[in-house]
Amino acid sequence: MPLYHNDDQAMLKDSVAPFVAEQAPVSHLRSLRDSADATGFSRDLWAQFTEMGLPGMLVPEAHGGLGMGHMEAGIVLEEIGRNLTPSPFLSTGVGAVAALAKAGGTQAGRWLPAIAGGEAIVALAIDEGAKHRPDRIATTATRAGNGFRLDGKKSFVLHGHVADMSIVAAKTDGGLTLFAVPRDAKGLTADPRRLVDSSLASHVTLDGVEVDADAVIGEIDAGGDILDALLAATRTGAAAEMVGVGQGAMDRTVAYLKERKQFGRLIGEFQGLQHRAAHLYGEMEVARATVMKAQQLLDEGSEGAKLMVSVAKAKAGRAANLAVREGVQMHGGIGMTDEYDIGLYMKRDRALAEYMGDVHYHIDQVARMNGY
Amino acid sequence: MSEEDAFRAEVREWLEANCPAEMREPVRDEGDVCWGGRNWVFKNDAQKQWLEACAGKGYTVPDWPKAYGGAGLTPEQTKIFKQEMKRIHARSPLDSFGIWMLGPALLQFGTEEQKVQYLNPIARGEIRWCQGYSEPGSGSDLVSLQTFGEDKGDHWVVNGSKIWTSYADKADWIFCLVRTDKANKYQGITFMLFDMASKGVTTKPILLISGNSPFCETFFDDVEVPKTQFIGEINRGWDVAKYLLGHEREMISGGGAGGDMVSIGGAFAKAFGKNAAGELDDPILRAEMAAFDVDVFAYRAMGERFMDMWKTGRAHPASSNMMKYVGTELNKRRHELVMSGGGSEALEWDSEETNGGARARGWLRTKANSIEGGTSEVMLNVIAKRILDLPGA
Ligand SMILES: Cc1cc2nc3c(=O)[nH]c(=O)nc-3n(C[C@H](O)[C@H](O)[C@H](O)COP(=O)(O)OP(=O)(O)OC[C@H]3O[C@@H](n4cnc5c(N)ncnc54)[C@H](O)[C@@H]3O)c2cc1C
Ligand SMILES: Cc1cc2nc3c(=O)[nH]c(=O)nc-3n(C[C@H](O)[C@H](O)[C@H](O)COP(=O)(O)OP(=O)(O)OC[C@H]3O[C@@H](n4cnc5c(N)ncnc54)[C@H](O)[C@@H]3O)c2cc1C
Repeated sequence: MPLYHNDDQAMLKDSVAPFVAEQAPVSHLRSLRDSADATGFSRDLWAQFTEMGLPGMLVPEAHGGLGMGHMEAGIVLEEIGRNLTPSPFLSTGVGAVAALAKAGGTQAGRWLPAIAGGEAIVALAIDEGAKHRPDRIATTATRAGNGFRLDGKKSFVLHGHVADMSIVAAKTDGGLTLFAVPRDAKGLTADPRRLVDSSLASHVTLDGVEVDADAVIGEIDAGGDILDALLAATRTGAAAEMVGVGQGAMDRTVAYLKERKQFGRLIGEFQGLQHRAAHLYGEMEVARATVMKAQQLLDEGSEGAKLMVSVAKAKAGRAANLAVREGVQMHGGIGMTDEYDIGLYMKRDRALAEYMGDVHYHIDQVARMNGY
Repeated sequence: MSEEDAFRAEVREWLEANCPAEMREPVRDEGDVCWGGRNWVFKNDAQKQWLEACAGKGYTVPDWPKAYGGAGLTPEQTKIFKQEMKRIHARSPLDSFGIWMLGPALLQFGTEEQKVQYLNPIARGEIRWCQGYSEPGSGSDLVSLQTFGEDKGDHWVVNGSKIWTSYADKADWIFCLVRTDKANKYQGITFMLFDMASKGVTTKPILLISGNSPFCETFFDDVEVPKTQFIGEINRGWDVAKYLLGHEREMISGGGAGGDMVSIGGAFAKAFGKNAAGELDDPILRAEMAAFDVDVFAYRAMGERFMDMWKTGRAHPASSNMMKYVGTELNKRRHELVMSGGGSEALEWDSEETNGGARARGWLRTKANSIEGGTSEVMLNVIAKRILDLPGA
């Protein structure tokens, strides 16, 4: 497979890009932020996403979805990133779908059609501390009655306060198990916090939450592989969104270099800035290729995917971070103002960089996967 | 079986039958690299066999048309061929400026007669070429070159000098930029080809910081060049020169992906040990190597995408400048880490154990990557202007 978008994918991009840019440009984020919107995203916009079939892109056709791949989902995520669009697409349409489709069974049958139909928002309750450490999950699931009792605390759960269902990773006797916990489960509380990018992420408490045995996603004790699928999809998706954020920041910055005058010249004429902009371009292109490679390997079900996913999250993290830092710096004083959008890019980048493992986490993973 | 799988199987079988075991070992030093040419002395039978087998099948230049010595493969087949070569760690059968630089320019600008005449010997490794671009006063500002060809009707008489001509003392022929119209800066240069054995051509080696002399000063003293031996149009050699530079950059940038070495950290963990946690013994160096490995794996993906796009005409024409910049800076970083990882051993300059200080010499050699074929600064200028469309100059 060549590493560029084929005709169908290019067509998808041609329909998604103007749609997101028109329906949810940066001003959309601003209005949600300024009205202190308690949901964190627009239900109307999600309905429009659903009309276009986007939440069900990765859902297998048998479950009412489009059965597309990560390459296609990445196209949507890049536009979401470029426009800083608040949306549950990454957690619901990508992370949750990857886990449910991998697991199959009752929960897949119940939730995948609902996701594809735009009726269900799903949150991913994985992290438990300030940093992403999925190998140290301490939440427990103990057998109780004909089901399980869940106890523990989760953090950084995007959309946790409005999700119809949360995928909760917990320790069971013989390993790790994932559970589908519905919103109304007794003992489940979600305490939403406004983050730097004005998204809402919850601290979730599971205090003796009782679920039936069929709440298990996949099989008991065998959640490791399903969690891996969830993480690979979400990390790759976050990387694709970061490429969008970085590209959006870079495009604005390059445009600014062509209009701002100082010392009687356009600042884009100064070689000091030209070289930095050109360096940034190279980093962004490499990051984009890397994310596409990770998407391609995931879609092929290749063994090399895991390594490339970590490479992509790390590389996209570095490149997008450079883009937003250079963006604010090259805008000068105006880049520090709330009125200008470039600062919003810096904030979104910070949040995405932290989500599902930061640059350092993934660099470390790459070292481990290579035996050192 | 799909067509692609069938082709892969065919290539695999052919390589199995034709690539000698010695040619599946990593390249240790310059001597292992086969450059071909009139005076080439093969290092061993395997090197000779391997070149002949590949040349016979068109596999030295798999994507060139069969009529010119290639195998006529499609871009997708070429990619598969390269993957299969890599899979068995096969050495390149032939390293050649003819293949990397002159060939693509001839394919683009040559007449049918010239293609048949020059491309076939290039594909078979019979003629070794060198590149006469730079002059003492014309490096980054190449178009200011002064070497002059005086029009004598059916031939030119060329006078002047070139510098940094890689392998000028070993090459059979040179492709050379010569001013043929002094009044016109850009449209006054002709792209000429001539035999280095021509009367009036002399070379003088230049010693590098690596202790090697891979290149020369080259002097032209009343060299006669027949008027049949130019490419493109007279006075329009700059178009050919620029096109060729794109391919030169593509070639030089390849170093960044770093041959066979899958992971630099993994290799050094073997060499100098791990701590009780199974991690490389020096945490700071481990972190640097891992960060580097991320960049290498990422750059490989970029290399693949660039090739896929370049071969199907989707790449921005100036994107080879970006590849060259990123790849060469990466390769320099690699060799800094190789030296750190090697410790005091890597400092040895001529001991037998270090294969004559190969690591230190290799490290020094890579410093030229961001100079030769256009410096990093010049690459950034081109990206800023041609891709980002920034104003000025
Ligand atoms: C928080 C804050 C507080 C401030 N407080 C004060 C204050 O109290 N009083 C006051 O008077 N001002 C104040 N300033 C303004 C500050 O001094 C200016 O923002 C600063 O001088 C830069 O000017 P500018 O914003 O117009 O950027 P510009 O000059 O437009 O620069 C834009 C970008 O171009 C680059 N650039 C410009 N010229 C060149 C060149 N020749 N070569 C290479 N790069 C170039 C800049 O480095 C920058 O990255 C404040 C600014 C901020 C952000
Ligand atoms: C190992 C090696 C092999 C080579 N092989 C060949 C060969 O086979 N054939 C051949 O023709 N040439 C060859 N070259 C020459 C090579 O192409 C030149 O060295 C190169 O183009 C740079 O020119 P220069 O050395 O004159 O440096 P200069 O142009 O003098 O540059 C000096 C410094 O100034 C910077 N600089 C110059 N102009 C600008 C600008 N506008 N903006 C910002 N910075 C600038 C450069 O980036 C550099 O850092 C080789 C060089 C090396 C090192």
